[in-house]
Amino acid sequence: MAIVERHKQELERSAAPRDRAPSVIEFRGVSKNYGPTNGGLETASFSIQRGEFVFLVGSTGSGKSTLMKLLIKEIEPTAGTIRVAGRDLSEITRKKVPYYRRNIGIVFQDFKLLPDRTVYDNVAYALQVTGSSRKEIRAKVPDILRLTGLATKLHSFPDQLSGGEQQRVAVARAFVNHPPLLLADEPTGNLDPETSVGIMQLLYRINRTGTTVLVATHDATMVDRMRRRVLELHQGRLVRDELDAQYARADMNTAEFGALLREPSPEPKRGPQADRQRERDAAREARDEFDDIFPTDERP
Amino acid sequence: MKPAFFIKEAMRSISRNAIPSFAAMASVLVTVLVLGVFIPVVQATTGAANEVRGRVLVDVYLKKDATQTDIARVQALLRDKVAHVGKVAFVSKAQAYAQEKKRNPEAYQLLGANPLPDTFRVTPDTPDNVLKLRDALAPAGVAGGRTPVDASIEQVKNRKDETTKILTATRVVKLAMGGLAILLIVASVLLISNTIRLSLFSRRREVEVMKLVGATDSFIRWPFVIEGVVLGALGGVAAVALLGVGKIALLDPLSADFALIAAPQTIGFGLLAVVLLVASVGVSAAGSSISLRKFLRV
Ligand SMILES: Nc1ncnc2c1ncn2[C@@H]1O[C@H](COP(=O)(O)OP(=O)(O)OP(=O)(O)O)[C@@H](O)[C@H]1O
Ligand SMILES: [Mg+2]
Repeated sequence: MAIVERHKQELERSAAPRDRAPSVIEFRGVSKNYGPTNGGLETASFSIQRGEFVFLVGSTGSGKSTLMKLLIKEIEPTAGTIRVAGRDLSEITRKKVPYYRRNIGIVFQDFKLLPDRTVYDNVAYALQVTGSSRKEIRAKVPDILRLTGLATKLHSFPDQLSGGEQQRVAVARAFVNHPPLLLADEPTGNLDPETSVGIMQLLYRINRTGTTVLVATHDATMVDRMRRRVLELHQGRLVRDELDAQYARADMNTAEFGALLREPSPEPKRGPQADRQRERDAAREARDEFDDIFPTDERP
Repeated sequence: MKPAFFIKEAMRSISRNAIPSFAAMASVLVTVLVLGVFIPVVQATTGAANEVRGRVLVDVYLKKDATQTDIARVQALLRDKVAHVGKVAFVSKAQAYAQEKKRNPEAYQLLGANPLPDTFRVTPDTPDNVLKLRDALAPAGVAGGRTPVDASIEQVKNRKDETTKILTATRVVKLAMGGLAILLIVASVLLISNTIRLSLFSRRREVEVMKLVGATDSFIRWPFVIEGVVLGALGGVAAVALLGVGKIALLDPLSADFALIAAPQTIGFGLLAVVLLVASVGVSAAGSSISLRKFLRV
Protein backbone atom coordinates (compact mmCIF):
# COMPACT_ATOMS: atom_id res chain seq x y z
CA MET A 1 0.00 0.00 0.00
CA ALA A 2 2.66 2.43 1.07
CA ILE A 3 4.82 1.51 -1.87
CA VAL A 4 1.95 2.08 -4.25
CA GLU A 5 1.32 5.50 -2.73
CA ARG A 6 4.92 6.53 -3.00
CA HIS A 7 5.12 5.28 -6.56
CA LYS A 8 2.10 7.31 -7.52
CA GLN A 9 3.69 10.36 -5.97
CA GLU A 10 6.88 9.75 -7.90
CA LEU A 11 4.94 9.45 -11.13
CA GLU A 12 3.21 12.71 -10.41
CA ARG A 13 6.48 14.42 -9.79
CA SER A 14 8.20 13.17 -12.95
CA ALA A 15 5.30 13.81 -15.26
CA ALA A 16 5.70 16.41 -18.01
CA PRO A 17 4.86 19.92 -16.81
CA ARG A 18 1.89 20.14 -19.14
CA ASP A 19 0.26 17.06 -17.65
CA ARG A 20 -0.13 18.51 -14.19
CA ALA A 21 -0.89 21.78 -12.56
CA PRO A 22 1.94 24.29 -12.99
CA SER A 23 4.33 24.83 -10.13
CA VAL A 24 3.67 27.85 -8.00
CA ILE A 25 7.20 29.02 -8.58
CA GLU A 26 9.45 27.93 -11.39
CA PHE A 27 12.91 29.37 -12.03
CA ARG A 28 14.64 28.34 -15.24
CA GLY A 29 18.24 29.44 -15.58
CA VAL A 30 17.57 32.71 -13.86
CA SER A 31 20.48 35.11 -13.45
CA LYS A 32 20.60 38.60 -12.02
CA ASN A 33 23.75 40.66 -12.31
CA TYR A 34 23.75 44.00 -10.56
CA GLY A 35 26.94 44.95 -12.33
CA PRO A 36 30.03 43.40 -13.87
CA THR A 37 31.35 42.43 -10.42
CA ASN A 38 28.18 42.15 -8.31
CA GLY A 39 26.53 38.87 -9.07
CA GLY A 40 23.13 38.67 -7.38
CA LEU A 41 21.97 35.30 -8.66
CA GLU A 42 23.50 32.90 -11.17
CA THR A 43 21.56 30.50 -13.37
CA ALA A 44 19.22 29.28 -10.68
CA SER A 45 16.71 26.58 -11.65
CA PHE A 46 14.15 25.07 -9.30
CA SER A 47 10.45 24.79 -8.83
CA ILE A 48 8.14 24.89 -5.86
CA GLN A 49 4.80 23.09 -5.75
CA ARG A 50 1.58 24.22 -4.21
CA GLY A 51 1.25 23.97 -0.48
CA GLU A 52 4.97 23.53 0.05
CA PHE A 53 6.89 25.14 2.89
CA VAL A 54 10.36 25.92 1.58
CA PHE A 55 13.38 27.47 3.21
CA LEU A 56 15.86 29.51 1.29
CA VAL A 57 19.17 29.63 3.10
CA GLY A 58 22.62 31.03 2.52
CA SER A 59 25.08 33.38 4.08
CA THR A 60 24.83 37.13 3.79
CA GLY A 61 24.98 38.37 0.22
CA SER A 62 24.22 34.96 -1.24
CA GLY A 63 21.26 36.30 -3.20
CA LYS A 64 18.21 35.41 -1.11
CA SER A 65 16.65 38.84 -1.17
CA THR A 66 17.52 39.11 -4.84
CA LEU A 67 15.47 36.00 -5.49
CA MET A 68 12.55 37.41 -3.52
CA LYS A 69 12.73 40.72 -5.37
CA LEU A 70 12.72 38.88 -8.66
CA LEU A 71 9.58 37.05 -7.58
CA ILE A 72 7.63 40.23 -6.92
CA LYS A 73 9.01 41.87 -10.05
CA GLU A 74 10.74 44.57 -8.07
CA ILE A 75 13.76 43.82 -10.25
CA GLU A 76 14.07 42.08 -13.60
CA PRO A 77 16.30 39.06 -14.24
CA THR A 78 19.22 39.52 -16.61
CA ALA A 79 18.65 36.03 -18.01
CA GLY A 80 16.26 33.11 -17.70
CA THR A 81 12.53 32.87 -17.12
CA ILE A 82 10.53 32.99 -13.93
CA ARG A 83 7.07 31.53 -13.86
CA VAL A 84 4.63 32.00 -11.03
CA ALA A 85 1.55 29.80 -11.20
CA GLY A 86 2.51 29.07 -14.80
CA ARG A 87 2.71 32.69 -15.79
CA ASP A 88 5.90 34.14 -17.26
CA LEU A 89 6.73 37.21 -15.20
CA SER A 90 8.40 38.97 -18.12
CA GLU A 91 5.02 39.03 -19.83
CA ILE A 92 3.37 41.01 -17.04
CA THR A 93 3.18 44.63 -18.15
CA ARG A 94 4.06 47.50 -15.84
CA LYS A 95 0.39 48.30 -15.47
CA LYS A 96 -0.49 44.77 -14.43
CA VAL A 97 2.26 44.44 -11.85
CA PRO A 98 0.19 45.78 -8.91
CA TYR A 99 -2.53 43.23 -9.61
CA TYR A 100 0.06 40.49 -9.77
CA ARG A 101 1.60 41.57 -6.47
CA ARG A 102 -1.72 41.37 -4.70
CA ASN A 103 -1.57 37.60 -5.07
CA ILE A 104 1.67 37.45 -3.16
CA GLY A 105 2.13 38.25 0.48
CA ILE A 106 5.59 39.59 1.22
CA VAL A 107 7.36 40.05 4.51
CA PHE A 108 10.28 42.30 3.68
CA GLN A 109 13.64 41.95 5.31
CA ASP A 110 13.36 45.58 6.44
CA PHE A 111 9.60 45.29 7.16
CA LYS A 112 8.74 48.24 4.90
CA LEU A 113 5.92 49.47 7.09
CA LEU A 114 4.37 52.83 6.28
CA PRO A 115 5.79 55.11 8.98
CA ASP A 116 2.86 57.49 9.31
CA ARG A 117 0.20 54.85 9.69
CA THR A 118 -0.84 52.92 12.75
CA VAL A 119 -0.52 49.15 12.96
CA TYR A 120 -4.17 48.85 12.04
CA ASP A 121 -3.87 51.19 9.05
CA ASN A 122 -0.70 49.50 7.81
CA VAL A 123 -2.48 46.18 7.65
CA ALA A 124 -5.64 47.75 6.28
CA TYR A 125 -3.65 49.36 3.47
CA ALA A 126 -3.03 45.99 1.87
CA LEU A 127 -6.80 45.58 1.67
CA GLN A 128 -7.48 49.15 0.62
CA VAL A 129 -5.28 48.83 -2.46
CA THR A 130 -7.46 45.97 -3.63
CA GLY A 131 -10.56 48.15 -3.26
CA SER A 132 -11.99 46.19 -0.34
CA SER A 133 -15.02 47.65 1.35
CA ARG A 134 -14.77 49.21 4.77
CA LYS A 135 -16.89 46.43 6.15
CA GLU A 136 -14.50 43.81 4.85
CA ILE A 137 -11.55 45.67 6.33
CA ARG A 138 -13.23 45.96 9.71
CA ALA A 139 -13.87 42.25 9.63
CA LYS A 140 -10.46 41.02 8.49
CA VAL A 141 -7.89 43.31 10.07
CA PRO A 142 -8.65 42.72 13.75
CA ASP A 143 -8.70 38.99 13.07
CA ILE A 144 -5.26 38.83 11.56
CA LEU A 145 -3.89 41.17 14.23
CA ARG A 146 -5.24 38.88 16.92
CA LEU A 147 -3.66 35.92 15.15
CA THR A 148 -0.29 37.68 15.10
CA GLY A 149 -0.62 38.74 18.74
CA LEU A 150 -0.92 42.45 18.06
CA ALA A 151 -4.42 43.00 19.40
CA THR A 152 -3.17 45.48 22.01
CA LYS A 153 -1.05 47.50 19.58
CA LEU A 154 -3.68 48.52 17.04
CA HIS A 155 -3.11 52.23 17.35
CA SER A 156 0.65 52.29 17.76
CA PHE A 157 2.84 53.68 15.02
CA PRO A 158 5.69 51.57 13.68
CA ASP A 159 8.32 53.62 15.50
CA GLN A 160 6.57 52.84 18.77
CA LEU A 161 6.95 49.09 18.26
CA SER A 162 9.77 46.70 19.02
CA GLY A 163 11.52 44.98 16.13
CA GLY A 164 9.63 41.76 16.72
CA GLU A 165 6.31 43.57 16.83
CA GLN A 166 7.10 45.33 13.57
CA GLN A 167 7.95 41.99 12.06
CA ARG A 168 4.58 40.67 13.17
CA VAL A 169 2.85 43.64 11.57
CA ALA A 170 4.74 42.85 8.37
CA VAL A 171 3.52 39.25 8.54
CA ALA A 172 -0.03 40.38 9.26
CA ARG A 173 0.00 42.74 6.30
CA ALA A 174 1.44 40.08 4.03
CA PHE A 175 -1.24 37.62 4.97
CA VAL A 176 -4.36 39.73 5.47
CA ASN A 177 -5.36 39.17 1.83
CA HIS A 178 -4.94 35.41 2.23
CA PRO A 179 -2.59 35.28 -0.73
CA PRO A 180 -1.89 31.87 -2.24
CA LEU A 181 1.84 32.54 -2.03
CA LEU A 182 3.68 33.99 0.94
CA LEU A 183 7.28 35.17 0.74
CA ALA A 184 9.10 35.96 3.95
CA ASP A 185 12.56 37.50 3.73
CA GLU A 186 14.38 36.88 7.03
CA PRO A 187 11.19 37.07 9.05
CA THR A 188 13.18 36.19 12.15
CA GLY A 189 16.11 38.43 11.26
CA ASN A 190 17.04 40.11 14.51
CA LEU A 191 14.71 38.37 16.89
CA ASP A 192 15.42 36.39 20.00
CA PRO A 193 14.99 32.61 19.63
CA GLU A 194 11.63 32.54 21.39
CA THR A 195 10.12 35.25 19.18
CA SER A 196 11.63 33.58 16.13
CA VAL A 197 9.85 30.40 17.02
CA GLY A 198 6.64 32.38 17.42
CA ILE A 199 6.97 33.84 13.92
CA MET A 200 7.85 30.45 12.44
CA GLN A 201 4.83 28.94 14.14
CA LEU A 202 2.73 31.64 12.59
CA LEU A 203 4.12 30.92 9.13
CA TYR A 204 3.54 27.24 9.66
CA ARG A 205 -0.05 27.89 10.65
CA ILE A 206 -0.47 29.93 7.49
CA ASN A 207 1.08 27.15 5.43
CA ARG A 208 -1.41 24.69 6.87
CA THR A 209 -4.25 26.70 5.36
CA GLY A 210 -2.86 25.76 1.94
CA THR A 211 -0.65 28.75 1.30
CA THR A 212 2.71 28.10 -0.33
CA VAL A 213 5.38 29.62 1.88
CA LEU A 214 8.93 30.52 0.95
CA VAL A 215 11.10 31.70 3.82
CA ALA A 216 14.54 33.19 3.33
CA THR A 217 16.82 32.98 6.33
CA HIS A 218 20.45 32.46 7.20
CA ASP A 219 19.55 30.66 10.37
CA ALA A 220 20.56 27.25 9.01
CA THR A 221 20.33 25.34 12.29
CA MET A 222 16.72 26.33 12.80
CA VAL A 223 15.97 25.23 9.25
CA ASP A 224 17.65 21.87 9.70
CA ARG A 225 15.59 21.23 12.79
CA MET A 226 12.38 21.94 10.98
CA ARG A 227 12.90 19.22 8.39
CA ARG A 228 11.42 21.08 5.51
CA ARG A 229 12.56 21.47 1.96
CA VAL A 230 15.69 23.60 1.84
CA LEU A 231 17.16 25.55 -1.02
CA GLU A 232 20.65 26.80 -0.32
CA LEU A 233 22.35 29.60 -2.16
CA HIS A 234 26.04 30.27 -2.11
CA GLN A 235 27.35 33.36 -3.84
CA GLY A 236 24.32 33.44 -6.09
CA ARG A 237 24.42 29.77 -7.02
CA LEU A 238 21.91 27.16 -5.94
CA VAL A 239 24.07 24.58 -4.17
CA ARG A 240 21.49 22.47 -2.28
CA ASP A 241 17.91 21.49 -2.87
CA GLU A 242 16.81 18.88 -0.38
CA LEU A 243 13.28 17.64 -0.09
CA ASP A 244 13.29 17.01 3.64
CA ALA A 245 9.61 17.57 3.92
CA GLN A 246 8.81 13.89 3.85
CA TYR A 247 10.53 13.34 7.17
CA ALA A 248 8.40 15.76 9.10
CA ARG A 249 4.96 14.96 10.33
CA ALA A 250 2.78 17.32 8.38
CA ASP A 251 -0.24 17.42 10.66
CA MET A 252 1.43 18.54 13.85
CA ASN A 253 -0.52 21.22 15.60
CA THR A 254 1.23 24.50 16.16
CA ALA A 255 2.21 23.75 19.73
CA GLU A 256 3.87 20.47 18.78
CA PHE A 257 5.58 22.24 15.94
CA GLY A 258 6.93 24.83 18.37
CA ALA A 259 8.11 22.07 20.67
CA LEU A 260 9.94 20.50 17.74
CA LEU A 261 11.72 23.75 17.03
CA ARG A 262 12.82 24.06 20.64
CA GLU A 263 14.15 20.49 20.85
CA PRO A 264 17.92 20.41 21.06
CA SER A 265 18.28 17.80 18.30
CA PRO A 266 15.13 16.29 16.98
CA GLU A 267 14.94 12.75 15.72
CA PRO A 268 13.48 12.34 12.26
CA LYS A 269 9.82 11.67 12.71
CA ARG A 270 7.71 9.59 10.42
CA GLY A 271 4.04 10.26 10.23
CA PRO A 272 1.50 7.54 9.45
CA GLN A 273 0.56 7.30 5.81
CA ALA A 274 -3.08 8.14 6.51
CA ASP A 275 -2.06 11.50 7.86
CA ARG A 276 -0.08 12.28 4.80
CA GLN A 277 -3.05 11.45 2.62
CA ARG A 278 -5.13 13.87 4.66
CA GLU A 279 -2.56 16.57 4.13
CA ARG A 280 -2.56 16.01 0.42
CA ASP A 281 -6.33 16.37 0.30
CA ALA A 282 -6.12 19.63 2.19
CA ALA A 283 -3.45 20.86 -0.16
CA ARG A 284 -5.59 19.97 -3.16
CA GLU A 285 -8.46 22.03 -1.79
CA ALA A 286 -6.15 24.95 -1.30
CA ARG A 287 -4.92 24.44 -4.83
CA ASP A 288 -8.39 24.91 -6.25
CA GLU A 289 -8.71 28.16 -4.39
CA PHE A 290 -5.33 29.14 -5.77
CA ASP A 291 -6.53 28.54 -9.31
CA ASP A 292 -9.34 31.00 -8.85
CA ILE A 293 -6.85 33.70 -8.06
CA PHE A 294 -4.11 32.64 -10.44
CA PRO A 295 -5.97 31.60 -13.54
CA THR A 296 -3.66 29.96 -16.04
CA ASP A 297 -4.28 28.79 -19.52
CA GLU A 298 -1.88 25.88 -19.32
CA ARG A 299 -4.33 23.56 -17.67
CA PRO A 300 -6.82 21.56 -19.69
CA MET B 1 -16.06 55.00 -1.17
CA LYS B 2 -13.06 55.78 -3.30
CA PRO B 3 -13.15 59.59 -3.59
CA ALA B 4 -13.93 59.83 0.11
CA PHE B 5 -11.03 57.50 0.83
CA PHE B 6 -8.63 59.55 -1.31
CA ILE B 7 -9.70 62.79 0.36
CA LYS B 8 -9.25 61.23 3.76
CA GLU B 9 -5.81 60.00 2.75
CA ALA B 10 -4.84 63.47 1.52
CA MET B 11 -6.00 65.10 4.76
CA ARG B 12 -4.21 62.52 6.85
CA SER B 13 -1.01 63.09 4.96
CA ILE B 14 -1.29 66.87 5.26
CA SER B 15 -1.72 66.67 9.00
CA ARG B 16 0.99 64.03 9.45
CA ASN B 17 3.43 66.06 7.33
CA ALA B 18 2.54 69.45 8.74
CA ILE B 19 5.86 71.18 8.12
CA PRO B 20 6.41 70.22 4.46
CA SER B 21 2.74 70.92 3.84
CA PHE B 22 3.10 74.35 5.38
CA ALA B 23 6.22 75.01 3.31
CA ALA B 24 4.39 74.08 0.11
CA MET B 25 1.47 76.28 1.03
CA ALA B 26 3.75 79.19 1.93
CA SER B 27 5.61 78.97 -1.35
CA VAL B 28 2.34 79.08 -3.25
CA LEU B 29 1.24 82.01 -1.12
CA VAL B 30 4.40 84.03 -1.71
CA THR B 31 4.39 83.32 -5.43
CA VAL B 32 0.75 84.25 -5.87
CA LEU B 33 1.23 87.37 -3.81
CA VAL B 34 4.14 88.53 -5.96
CA LEU B 35 2.31 87.66 -9.17
CA GLY B 36 -0.80 89.40 -7.93
CA VAL B 37 1.12 92.62 -7.41
CA PHE B 38 3.20 92.26 -10.51
CA ILE B 39 0.52 91.50 -13.08
CA PRO B 40 -1.32 94.86 -12.65
CA VAL B 41 1.99 96.71 -12.45
CA VAL B 42 3.19 95.20 -15.73
CA GLN B 43 -0.13 95.94 -17.31
CA ALA B 44 -0.18 99.54 -16.12
CA THR B 45 3.39 100.13 -17.23
CA THR B 46 3.07 98.61 -20.69
CA GLY B 47 -0.30 100.32 -21.03
CA ALA B 48 1.29 103.65 -20.23
CA ALA B 49 4.18 102.95 -22.58
CA ASN B 50 1.79 102.02 -25.37
CA GLU B 51 -0.23 105.12 -24.77
CA VAL B 52 2.87 107.26 -25.12
CA ARG B 53 3.91 105.41 -28.25
CA GLY B 54 0.46 106.01 -29.65
CA ARG B 55 1.27 109.70 -29.71
CA VAL B 56 3.97 109.20 -32.31
CA LEU B 57 2.73 110.56 -35.64
CA VAL B 58 3.63 112.30 -38.85
CA ASP B 59 2.19 115.69 -39.78
CA VAL B 60 1.54 116.28 -43.44
CA TYR B 61 1.16 120.02 -44.04
CA LEU B 62 -0.54 120.98 -47.26
CA LYS B 63 0.24 124.06 -49.30
CA LYS B 64 -1.73 127.16 -48.40
CA ASP B 65 -3.42 127.23 -51.77
CA ALA B 66 -4.50 123.59 -51.72
CA THR B 67 -8.02 123.22 -53.02
CA GLN B 68 -10.74 120.88 -51.89
CA THR B 69 -9.83 118.48 -54.74
CA ASP B 70 -6.16 118.56 -53.70
CA ILE B 71 -7.17 117.61 -50.17
CA ALA B 72 -9.30 114.76 -51.42
CA ARG B 73 -6.48 113.56 -53.67
CA VAL B 74 -3.92 113.56 -50.86
CA GLN B 75 -6.36 111.81 -48.57
CA ALA B 76 -6.94 109.07 -51.16
CA LEU B 77 -3.17 108.83 -51.64
CA LEU B 78 -2.62 108.39 -47.90
CA ARG B 79 -5.38 105.90 -47.60
CA ASP B 80 -4.53 103.65 -50.53
CA LYS B 81 -1.02 104.17 -51.88
CA VAL B 82 1.39 104.82 -49.04
CA ALA B 83 2.74 101.97 -46.90
CA HIS B 84 2.67 101.83 -43.08
CA VAL B 85 -0.29 104.17 -42.74
CA GLY B 86 -2.39 103.47 -39.68
CA LYS B 87 -4.91 106.20 -38.94
CA VAL B 88 -5.37 109.41 -40.89
CA ALA B 89 -6.95 112.42 -39.25
CA PHE B 90 -7.67 115.60 -41.18
CA VAL B 91 -7.37 118.91 -39.41
CA SER B 92 -8.63 121.77 -41.51
CA LYS B 93 -7.22 125.29 -41.37
CA ALA B 94 -10.24 126.45 -39.39
CA GLN B 95 -10.07 123.61 -36.91
CA ALA B 96 -6.36 124.11 -36.36
CA TYR B 97 -6.91 127.79 -35.86
CA ALA B 98 -9.65 127.21 -33.33
CA GLN B 99 -7.49 124.71 -31.43
CA GLU B 100 -4.44 126.91 -31.33
CA LYS B 101 -6.43 129.98 -30.42
CA LYS B 102 -7.89 128.20 -27.47
CA ARG B 103 -4.46 127.18 -26.31
CA ASN B 104 -2.79 130.53 -26.81
CA PRO B 105 -5.45 133.25 -27.06
CA GLU B 106 -3.18 136.34 -26.83
CA ALA B 107 -0.79 135.33 -29.61
CA TYR B 108 -3.59 134.51 -31.99
CA GLN B 109 -5.32 137.75 -31.08
CA LEU B 110 -2.41 139.59 -32.71
CA LEU B 111 -2.64 137.67 -35.93
CA GLY B 112 -5.30 138.89 -38.20
CA ALA B 113 -5.59 136.05 -40.71
CA ASN B 114 -5.23 132.33 -40.11
CA PRO B 115 -1.59 131.39 -40.78
CA LEU B 116 -2.15 127.67 -40.41
CA PRO B 117 -2.31 125.19 -43.28
CA ASP B 118 -4.61 122.22 -43.71
CA THR B 119 -2.96 119.23 -42.01
CA PHE B 120 -3.18 115.45 -42.10
CA ARG B 121 -2.14 113.79 -38.85
CA VAL B 122 -0.98 110.34 -39.95
CA THR B 123 -0.45 107.66 -37.32
CA PRO B 124 1.80 104.80 -38.46
CA ASP B 125 0.47 101.23 -38.36
CA THR B 126 2.92 100.56 -35.55
CA PRO B 127 4.88 103.23 -33.74
CA ASP B 128 8.21 101.71 -34.82
CA ASN B 129 7.39 102.36 -38.47
CA VAL B 130 7.12 106.08 -38.08
CA LEU B 131 10.38 106.88 -39.88
CA LYS B 132 9.56 104.56 -42.76
CA LEU B 133 6.23 106.30 -43.08
CA ARG B 134 7.95 109.65 -43.27
CA ASP B 135 10.30 108.36 -45.95
CA ALA B 136 7.40 106.99 -47.90
CA LEU B 137 5.63 110.33 -47.83
CA ALA B 138 8.72 112.39 -48.58
CA PRO B 139 11.61 110.33 -50.01
CA ALA B 140 15.04 111.84 -49.49
CA GLY B 141 16.30 113.38 -52.72
CA VAL B 142 19.76 112.95 -54.23
CA ALA B 143 20.71 116.48 -53.25
CA GLY B 144 19.81 115.89 -49.63
CA GLY B 145 16.44 117.67 -49.43
CA ARG B 146 13.14 115.87 -49.32
CA THR B 147 10.57 115.90 -52.04
CA PRO B 148 7.01 115.18 -50.99
CA VAL B 149 5.11 112.59 -53.02
CA ASP B 150 2.40 115.02 -53.97
CA ALA B 151 2.74 118.48 -55.40
CA SER B 152 0.23 120.00 -53.00
CA ILE B 153 2.12 118.80 -49.93
CA GLU B 154 4.18 121.57 -48.51
CA GLN B 155 6.07 119.60 -45.90
CA VAL B 156 6.15 116.24 -44.13
CA LYS B 157 7.28 116.45 -40.55
CA ASN B 158 7.60 114.20 -37.56
CA ARG B 159 8.39 115.61 -34.15
CA LYS B 160 11.85 114.30 -34.52
CA ASP B 161 13.76 114.29 -31.24
CA GLU B 162 10.61 113.55 -29.28
CA THR B 163 9.75 110.59 -31.49
CA THR B 164 13.04 108.73 -31.14
CA LYS B 165 13.15 109.38 -27.41
CA ILE B 166 9.66 108.03 -26.90
CA LEU B 167 10.38 104.99 -29.02
CA THR B 168 13.58 103.98 -27.23
CA ALA B 169 12.32 104.76 -23.75
CA THR B 170 9.10 102.83 -24.13
CA ARG B 171 10.89 99.94 -25.81
CA VAL B 172 13.26 99.65 -22.85
CA VAL B 173 10.36 99.77 -20.42
CA LYS B 174 8.43 97.10 -22.28
CA LEU B 175 11.42 94.81 -22.67
CA ALA B 176 12.33 95.16 -19.02
CA MET B 177 8.78 94.38 -17.95
CA GLY B 178 8.57 91.41 -20.29
CA GLY B 179 11.89 90.08 -19.04
CA LEU B 180 10.87 90.50 -15.43
CA ALA B 181 7.55 88.80 -16.06
CA ILE B 182 9.26 85.80 -17.68
CA LEU B 183 11.82 85.59 -14.87
CA LEU B 184 9.10 85.79 -12.27
CA ILE B 185 7.02 83.06 -13.87
CA VAL B 186 10.04 80.78 -14.24
CA ALA B 187 11.00 81.45 -10.62
CA SER B 188 7.46 80.71 -9.41
CA VAL B 189 7.26 77.43 -11.28
CA LEU B 190 10.71 76.41 -10.04
CA LEU B 191 9.91 77.37 -6.47
CA ILE B 192 6.64 75.51 -6.35
CA SER B 193 7.85 72.42 -8.16
CA ASN B 194 10.95 72.29 -5.99
CA THR B 195 8.94 72.52 -2.81
CA ILE B 196 6.67 69.76 -4.03
CA ARG B 197 9.60 67.64 -5.08
CA LEU B 198 11.25 68.05 -1.69
CA SER B 199 8.14 67.07 0.19
CA LEU B 200 7.61 64.11 -2.11
CA PHE B 201 11.22 63.07 -1.87
CA SER B 202 10.89 62.58 1.86
CA ARG B 203 7.98 60.28 1.12
CA ARG B 204 9.67 58.36 -1.65
CA ARG B 205 10.02 55.30 0.53
CA GLU B 206 6.36 55.43 1.38
CA VAL B 207 5.46 55.43 -2.31
CA GLU B 208 7.84 52.56 -2.93
CA VAL B 209 6.24 50.49 -0.17
CA MET B 210 2.76 51.24 -1.47
CA LYS B 211 3.78 49.96 -4.87
CA LEU B 212 5.30 46.81 -3.42
CA VAL B 213 2.13 45.87 -1.58
CA GLY B 214 0.13 46.14 -4.79
CA ALA B 215 -1.13 49.71 -5.06
CA THR B 216 -1.72 50.93 -8.60
CA ASP B 217 -0.19 54.19 -9.78
CA SER B 218 -3.50 56.01 -9.74
CA PHE B 219 -4.32 54.71 -6.27
CA ILE B 220 -1.12 56.33 -5.05
CA ARG B 221 -1.38 59.43 -7.20
CA TRP B 222 -4.89 60.62 -6.31
CA PRO B 223 -4.25 61.43 -2.65
CA PHE B 224 -1.10 63.32 -3.67
CA VAL B 225 -2.95 65.31 -6.31
CA ILE B 226 -5.76 66.12 -3.91
CA GLU B 227 -3.16 67.17 -1.38
CA GLY B 228 -1.61 69.46 -3.99
CA VAL B 229 -4.99 70.94 -4.83
CA VAL B 230 -5.81 71.57 -1.19
CA LEU B 231 -2.45 73.16 -0.40
CA GLY B 232 -2.49 75.20 -3.61
CA ALA B 233 -6.01 76.41 -2.89
CA LEU B 234 -5.14 77.31 0.71
CA GLY B 235 -2.06 79.23 -0.39
CA GLY B 236 -3.94 80.88 -3.24
CA VAL B 237 -6.90 81.92 -1.10
CA ALA B 238 -4.64 83.34 1.59
CA ALA B 239 -2.66 85.29 -1.01
CA VAL B 240 -5.78 86.64 -2.72
CA ALA B 241 -7.17 87.66 0.66
CA LEU B 242 -3.94 89.51 1.43
CA LEU B 243 -4.05 91.17 -2.00
CA GLY B 244 -7.64 92.21 -1.37
CA VAL B 245 -6.73 93.73 1.98
CA GLY B 246 -3.77 95.49 0.38
CA LYS B 247 -5.94 96.87 -2.40
CA ILE B 248 -8.57 98.21 -0.03
CA ALA B 249 -6.11 99.57 2.53
CA LEU B 250 -3.40 101.01 0.26
CA LEU B 251 -4.45 101.29 -3.35
CA ASP B 252 -8.03 102.49 -3.22
CA PRO B 253 -7.33 105.62 -1.11
CA LEU B 254 -4.48 106.55 -3.47
CA SER B 255 -6.31 105.96 -6.71
CA ALA B 256 -8.40 109.06 -6.08
CA ASP B 257 -5.21 111.11 -6.29
CA PHE B 258 -3.23 109.37 -9.00
CA ALA B 259 -4.75 108.79 -12.36
CA LEU B 260 -2.04 106.28 -13.33
CA ILE B 261 -2.97 103.79 -10.61
CA ALA B 262 -6.56 103.78 -11.74
CA ALA B 263 -5.37 103.20 -15.30
CA PRO B 264 -8.17 101.52 -17.18
CA GLN B 265 -5.87 98.91 -18.78
CA THR B 266 -5.28 96.89 -15.59
CA ILE B 267 -7.09 93.64 -14.92
CA GLY B 268 -10.10 93.78 -12.60
CA PHE B 269 -9.57 92.44 -9.09
CA GLY B 270 -12.21 89.73 -9.41
CA LEU B 271 -10.71 88.38 -12.62
CA LEU B 272 -7.22 88.62 -11.17
CA ALA B 273 -8.31 86.63 -8.11
CA VAL B 274 -9.85 83.91 -10.27
CA VAL B 275 -6.79 83.69 -12.52
CA LEU B 276 -4.45 83.46 -9.54
CA LEU B 277 -6.55 80.81 -7.78
CA VAL B 278 -6.85 78.66 -10.87
CA ALA B 279 -3.12 78.99 -11.51
CA SER B 280 -2.11 78.11 -7.96
CA VAL B 281 -4.39 75.09 -7.77
CA GLY B 282 -3.46 73.94 -11.27
CA VAL B 283 0.28 74.36 -10.83
CA SER B 284 0.41 72.55 -7.50
CA ALA B 285 -1.82 69.69 -8.64
CA ALA B 286 0.09 69.25 -11.89
CA GLY B 287 3.35 69.70 -10.01
CA SER B 288 2.59 66.91 -7.55
CA SER B 289 1.46 64.47 -10.16
CA ILE B 290 4.42 65.18 -12.46
CA SER B 291 6.95 64.98 -9.64
CA LEU B 292 5.33 61.79 -8.40
CA ARG B 293 5.70 60.14 -11.78
CA LYS B 294 9.40 59.68 -11.24
CA PHE B 295 8.92 57.89 -7.93
CA LEU B 296 6.26 55.60 -9.28
CA ARG B 297 8.74 53.71 -11.42
CA VAL B 298 9.41 50.95 -8.91
N1 LIG C 1 20.69 47.10 -5.81
C1 LIG C 1 21.85 46.46 -5.82
N2 LIG C 1 22.88 46.95 -6.53
C2 LIG C 1 24.07 46.31 -6.57
N3 LIG C 1 24.32 45.17 -5.93
C3 LIG C 1 23.34 44.63 -5.20
C4 LIG C 1 22.06 45.24 -5.10
N4 LIG C 1 21.29 44.49 -4.32
C5 LIG C 1 22.04 43.45 -3.94
N5 LIG C 1 23.29 43.52 -4.45
C6 LIG C 1 24.34 42.54 -4.27
O1 LIG C 1 23.85 41.28 -4.64
C7 LIG C 1 24.30 40.30 -3.73
C8 LIG C 1 23.13 39.52 -3.16
O2 LIG C 1 22.35 40.40 -2.36
P1 LIG C 1 21.07 39.92 -1.57
O3 LIG C 1 20.43 41.12 -1.01
O4 LIG C 1 20.25 39.10 -2.47
O5 LIG C 1 21.71 39.05 -0.42
P2 LIG C 1 20.97 38.24 0.72
O6 LIG C 1 21.21 36.82 0.48
O7 LIG C 1 19.58 38.69 0.86
O8 LIG C 1 21.81 38.68 1.98
P3 LIG C 1 21.29 38.91 3.50
O9 LIG C 1 21.24 37.57 4.12
O10 LIG C 1 22.35 39.77 4.12
O11 LIG C 1 19.98 39.58 3.43
C9 LIG C 1 25.12 41.02 -2.68
O12 LIG C 1 26.48 40.82 -3.00
C10 LIG C 1 24.74 42.46 -2.84
O13 LIG C 1 25.85 43.27 -2.57
MG1 LIG D 1 18.48 39.67 2.22
